[in-house]
Amino acid sequence: MNNLLRRVLLSASAPVIALLFAVLVSSVVLLASGSNPIAAYGDMVTHALKLGTIVDILNRATPLYLSGVAAAIGFRMNLFNIGVEGQYRFAAIVSAYVGAQLALPGVLHVAVILLVAMFVGGATAGVAGVLKVTRGINEVISTIMINAILISGVIAALSKRWQAGGSVDATGSNAGVGTDPIPESGLIPNLNGLIEPITGEIGRGKELTGMFLVAVAVGVAYHIILNRTRFGYDLRASGVNPFAATAGGVSANRMIVTAMVLSGMVAGLVGMPSLMALGRFNPNFVSLLGFGGIAVALLGRNNPGGIVFGSLIFAFLDVSSGILQISGSASREIKDIIQGIILLAAVVAYEVVRRYREREEARLAAEALAESGSSPPFESGSTPSVAGA
Amino acid sequence: MTQGNDSPADGSPTINQPAIELSGITKTFPGVVANDDVSMTVAQGEIHAICGENGAGKSTLMKILYGMQSADEGTMRVFGDRVDFKSPTDAIDLGIGMVHQHFMLADQLTVLENVVLGAEPTKSGGRIDFEAAKAHLQEVSESYGLDVDPDDLVETLGVGERQRVEIIKVLYRGAKILILDEPTAVLVPQEVEELFRNMRELKADGATILFIDHKLEEVLEIADSITVLRHGKTVATLPNEGVTASDLAELMVGSELPSPEITESTVTDTVTLEVRNLTVGGGGDRPAVDDVSLKVHAGEIVGIAGVEGNGQSELVNAIVGTVSPSEGSVFLSGEDITRRNVRTRRESGIAYVPEDRHHEGLLLSAPLWENAALGHQTKPPYARGFFIDRAGAREHTETIRAGFDVRTPNIDVSAQTLSGGNQQKLILGRELTSNPKLLVAAHPTRGIDIGAQAAVWDEMRQARKDGLATLLISADLDELIGLSDTIVVMFRGGVVATLDPSDVTPRTLGAYMTGAAIESDDRTDDLKGTP
Repeated sequence: MNNLLRRVLLSASAPVIALLFAVLVSSVVLLASGSNPIAAYGDMVTHALKLGTIVDILNRATPLYLSGVAAAIGFRMNLFNIGVEGQYRFAAIVSAYVGAQLALPGVLHVAVILLVAMFVGGATAGVAGVLKVTRGINEVISTIMINAILISGVIAALSKRWQAGGSVDATGSNAGVGTDPIPESGLIPNLNGLIEPITGEIGRGKELTGMFLVAVAVGVAYHIILNRTRFGYDLRASGVNPFAATAGGVSANRMIVTAMVLSGMVAGLVGMPSLMALGRFNPNFVSLLGFGGIAVALLGRNNPGGIVFGSLIFAFLDVSSGILQISGSASREIKDIIQGIILLAAVVAYEVVRRYREREEARLAAEALAESGSSPPFESGSTPSVAGA
Repeated sequence: MTQGNDSPADGSPTINQPAIELSGITKTFPGVVANDDVSMTVAQGEIHAICGENGAGKSTLMKILYGMQSADEGTMRVFGDRVDFKSPTDAIDLGIGMVHQHFMLADQLTVLENVVLGAEPTKSGGRIDFEAAKAHLQEVSESYGLDVDPDDLVETLGVGERQRVEIIKVLYRGAKILILDEPTAVLVPQEVEELFRNMRELKADGATILFIDHKLEEVLEIADSITVLRHGKTVATLPNEGVTASDLAELMVGSELPSPEITESTVTDTVTLEVRNLTVGGGGDRPAVDDVSLKVHAGEIVGIAGVEGNGQSELVNAIVGTVSPSEGSVFLSGEDITRRNVRTRRESGIAYVPEDRHHEGLLLSAPLWENAALGHQTKPPYARGFFIDRAGAREHTETIRAGFDVRTPNIDVSAQTLSGGNQQKLILGRELTSNPKLLVAAHPTRGIDIGAQAAVWDEMRQARKDGLATLLISADLDELIGLSDTIVVMFRGGVVATLDPSDVTPRTLGAYMTGAAIESDDRTDDLKGTP
C-alpha cells in the first residue's frame, strides 16, 4: 500500500510542480509589467470562491472536459484529432436545426438532439479516419482541412441564409439571428434545483448546465471503456506499440476508424452546454473549445481523472481572470500566459517524472533479480541437447 | 584518438604497412560476446571479404573499425599507426569510409547536394561553393570510374546508382579504406556485376576495400582474401586461391555440429500446420517466399534454417496473418485459414513468439500483466465477455511468472524494466499457456543469456512432448539441430532442402544455406547424396 501511495503522489507531483512553476513565472511577468502578483492572484481566488463564480467555472469546465476527452481518445492511439473545433460546431448547428423541427416529449427530445450531435461529430471525424486508412492521409492534415470547410464554408453559408430571413431584436443585437429556437422540451433543465438545497440560492440568473451530468457520465464511460474493456485494451495497445498490437490480433485500420469516430462523437457533445443555454445556434456561439480541449487533454495525460483536473484549472483561469478587468490589479491576459506556461511546464515535468519512475522500476527489477539468486534454476548447459528433460 | 610513435603520424599510407591490423579485439554486450579475440590483417590495395553467419560478429567488428563502437580489449592499427577511435569522425580523418547497408541519402536533394552534405566547400559569406564541389565530385567519379550525374535527384535513381552515390560520398571525403556492409544484399545480379566492376577499379586506383557478405559465390568472385568469423571469433583468413564455396560454408557453420538429443520421437500423424504452395510478394520483384510447401505435425518441431533475409520472416508473417500471401494457402488442423485475420488465427490456436520482442512482442511501457494478455485479450482468463478480466489476467500473469521463472519485483512494473531473457520468458509463458495448437517461434533465444536460453529450450521441448506443433526459425544452428525433428533450409524464398538433424553435416547444411549447393553443379551431387 505504501507502494500505491508512492505511485499516486508521483503521478500528482508533475501537474502540481507545473502549476507552481507557472505561477512563479507569471509573477515575474506581472512584476515586470508593474502589477502586484499577490493582489492579482488574491483577487482571482477570492472571486472564484463565490458561489456564482463556481457555477461559471463548472459551466466552462463542462465543455472543456468533453473536448479534452474527445482529444484524449485520439491521443491514446497516437491519433491527433485537431478537428474537434469544427466537429462540435457543425454538430451543434445540425442538432440545433433538427431539434427545432421536432416536437417530442422532454426526455426523448433531448436524447434525439444529443444523439444527432454525436452522430454528426462522429461522422465528420470518421471521414478523417477513413481517409487515413484507405488513402494514407495524415489525420492532422485532414482534420485541419475539414475544420476549415466546416467552420468557414458550411456555417458561413447557412448563417447567410438565416440572416436573410432572420430578425434583429429591439436592441439591435444579432443574438436573435440563428437557427429557429428549440422548444423547451428539447433543452436539458439546469441543475440549480438540485444543488440549491445544499448551497443556497445561486441567484443573479446563473444556471449550472444540465450537461454537467452528461460530462460526468462521459468521463465514467471513458474510464470504463478505456481501462476495463477489450476494446479499450486494444486501443491502448495500438497506441503503445501498433506492431505488437497487430501481431496480437488487433486490426490497426479498424482501430483508427473506430477511435476517430468515438473521438468525434464526444466532440459532438462539446457544443451542447451552449446550445442548451442559448436554445439555438447563433453567431455568438462559443468557439475555440476544441483547441482548449487539446490543452486540457495534454495537461491531464489523457487520463479521465487528469482531464477533470486540467479542465477545472483552465476553467478557473478563464472565468476568474475576468475580475482583473474590474479590480484593475492586473491585465486579464495574464491567464493566457499562465495557461501557456502550465502546459509547457507540465510536458517537461511529466517527462522528468516518467524518467524517474523508469529508473526506479529498473532498480527494483534489478534488486528482485539479485534476491532470487544468480544461478538459474535449470540444469543449464549452453546447448539444447544438454538441457534436455 | 591516440596515435603511436612507431611510424609517421601524418595519416599517409606507408608502403608495405597493412591497411588495417586488428589484434585481440573483444567486445561484449550484456549477456553476449559479439567479438571474441578477433585478429585480422588487411593488406593495402586488396579486396578483403568478411564472411560469417548472422550473429557471427561481422557488423560489430565493422562498427568498431569505423569508430561507432569501441572495443573492450585489443588493438587496432591503420596504416601501421595504433588508433583508438572515439567516433566515426576519427575514422574518417584517417581515411576510413563506410557504406551502410541501408542508404542514408536525402531523396529530395540532388546527387551533388547529397555528396557534399556535411562537407560543403564554402566561399565568401558562408555560401556553398557548388562549382568547386562539382569539380571535385567529377574528379573523384572519373578517377574511380564511377558514373553519376551530379544534378540528378536522388529519388529518381535506382538502388545500384544510389549505392554508387554512397560510395562516391565516402571517396569525396578522401577515404582510402572502404567498408561496405553487405553491399550486394539490395542489388539485382546485373547491379552486382556493375558494383564488382567498380570495386575492381577502386582497387586498381589503390583503394582498400573491406566488405561483408555471406553469398559465397560472390565472395569467391571478387575477394583477394577472405576472413571467416564464427561465434565472434576469427576462424581463418585465407587467400582466395583454390578455395571452394563448400570449404567456406564449412568454416562458417563449424566443423562440429551438436548431435541432437536422443529422445523418443513425439511426432504424430496429425498434421497441425500445412503450408501449400505459398508465395509472398512477387509481381515484378523476386517473391520473398517462393512456392513453399511444408507440414508440421502435432508433437513435432520443424526448424527453418537459412541465412537471414531468405524469406523466413515473410513466411512467418503469412502464417500468423500479418501479411497476405499472393498465392497458396495455409491450413491449421485441416481448416483453410488463408483468408482469416490475425485475431481469428490467434483465437484458433496459433501462438507466436516474434523475432523482435521489442518491435512485435511487447508493450514496453505497459505493466507486465497487460503484456501477458497481448494476443489473447479476447479469451479467458484475460477477458470476460466484452470486458477485460483484470483479476483473472493478474492471477494468470502470476502463474506465468512462477511457472516460467520471470524475475520481476511484481507484475505491475512495465515490461521495459525486465532483462531480455525475462521478457522472452514472459512472452513464451503467455504463448505456451494459451493452450495453442501451433507455436511459431522466430529466434526465440536471440540476445538472451545462457540461463534463459536453456529455460526457453526446456519449455519448448516440454510443449513438444505435450503434443504442440512448433515451427522454429533460428539462425543458431545449435538450437536448430538440438531441438528440431526436421530441418527445412530456405534460400532465396524457396525450400532448398529438407534434412534430418541426426545426420546433417556442417558441409551440407552450410552449402544449402549459402546457396553453394545450388550454384556449383560439380559439388551438388555429393551434397544431395547426404540427406
